[in-house]
Amino acid sequence: MTIDDWLAVACADADRRGLADLKPLLVTLAGATRALRAAGWDAATRQQAQANAPEPRAPGPPPEEGEPR
Amino acid sequence: MTAPLHFHTITELAPLIAAGHVSSEALTSACLEEIAAHDGALRAFITVLGASAIAQARELDAEIAAGGCRGPLHGIPISLKDLIDQQGVPTTAASRVREGHVAACDAPVTARLRAAGAVLIGKTNLHEFAFGTTSDDTAFGAVRNPHAPSRSPGGSSGGSAVGIVTGMSVASIGTDTGGSIRIPSAACGTVGLKPTWGEVPCEGVVPLCRSLDHVGPLARSVADAWLIYLVLRGEAAAARWPLPAPRPVKGLRLGVPRHYFHDVLDDEVRARFAACLAWLRHEGAETMDVVIPHAPGIAPVYLHASLPEAAACHAGSLESVPERYTRNVRLRLEMGRYVLAEDYVTAQAARAVLRSEVDAALAGCDALAMPTLPIPAPPIGASTVDVAGTPQAVRSMMLRMTQLFNLTGHPAVSMPMGETAAGLPCGLQLAGRLNDTEGLLATAAACEAIVTP
Repeated sequence: MTIDDWLAVACADADRRGLADLKPLLVTLAGATRALRAAGWDAATRQQAQANAPEPRAPGPPPEEGEPR
Repeated sequence: MTAPLHFHTITELAPLIAAGHVSSEALTSACLEEIAAHDGALRAFITVLGASAIAQARELDAEIAAGGCRGPLHGIPISLKDLIDQQGVPTTAASRVREGHVAACDAPVTARLRAAGAVLIGKTNLHEFAFGTTSDDTAFGAVRNPHAPSRSPGGSSGGSAVGIVTGMSVASIGTDTGGSIRIPSAACGTVGLKPTWGEVPCEGVVPLCRSLDHVGPLARSVADAWLIYLVLRGEAAAARWPLPAPRPVKGLRLGVPRHYFHDVLDDEVRARFAACLAWLRHEGAETMDVVIPHAPGIAPVYLHASLPEAAACHAGSLESVPERYTRNVRLRLEMGRYVLAEDYVTAQAARAVLRSEVDAALAGCDALAMPTLPIPAPPIGASTVDVAGTPQAVRSMMLRMTQLFNLTGHPAVSMPMGETAAGLPCGLQLAGRLNDTEGLLATAAACEAIVTP
């Protein structure tokens, strides 16, 4: 859902519930949601996950028969 | 000691009580007299427990006379923010929504204080349900700052801080979901500690946002906050008392995040903070600039993490008794019902990123240092304040420095760092490593000797 679509639906719902005073706060929230979505948190999370991943190990010889795996 | 006894620290009072030189009854009576004289104007307390506090003090004095002392909190009058259950006493949360509620039993933190010998003197006023930073939206009248009664004491634990400054209690227990212990501490000139998230139990405390809520002490010194913190987390403070002398400042390494944190800062607060750092460097501390790369995103993350959790806690009463909330608190809770799930989830991912960035900033230093509040205490009822010629929303300003450590869970403490020319206190905030609240307190105790007048 786009933020504009969400805001229109939210304001209409606030009107329906008799909470017209809520609409300026919803506009503020919409601005904060734009900032949240634009901040690139998903990319930062992926980068962090890659940085924290264990180093890949070079392939080695197969274990000897009976060696614990 | 020149000030009246009930204005002294626990560290000063405890040996006198233990030796029988000061009675808990006299100390408690003095606090009750301050409440009777000044609380009509300041509105720090919602419930004053005069008779039961005196009875408790007499019992504790009898124990001392019989040769028993429970530890440093023995006989010390301590207040509870009125979100915290005390058996047989209403927990109002400063709201008409809670009318008729009486706590069936003590919260674990209350029971621990009681066992440690604290005298439970009363329940303090707050921003309704702790959902605000100014302590003016409350069913019991706006709390006033004793340094300037037309100004807010900060919040949400506003009554707790006011009570300490005015001698109505020696210390208090508050809660902190975005800064609610540290903000009033800075605005009123007390020490306030938010421990590492999860260290102190929140059971029996009216929740606001379960993943952000903390319980902690407000007090007159770092050592006092430390002693109370030990009790709150379930440790026998008697075994750790007296605390060791503060470590020297020489060799201390403080990281200073300026990007974002210094972008909007009152000129006098900026000057006080710069002076603090200069004093600390003069005494041998090292300061270094550090960066929290995603700091500009903190406020949107906090909003999307906190609003839905608060709305979830209040969903039932928003449907059944919405008219009992104060208008502003009801509207903010309603906001939380409109946050989309996808944005709440993004906010949770963002918290993990911010946690790593704070850890990285702390890697080369003992603590991060910044002002607790970017502005002095604002006028009661103000929605904006002028900062360097630009109007800024009061709520955003109050949370700007503190909410990060609720998102990440790192321990943080505020201590006084002087006053503005108009006599309004300014606070220094230090944040330490996760699960090392005592390391942070040791750093804070060292700094306190230098920066607190």
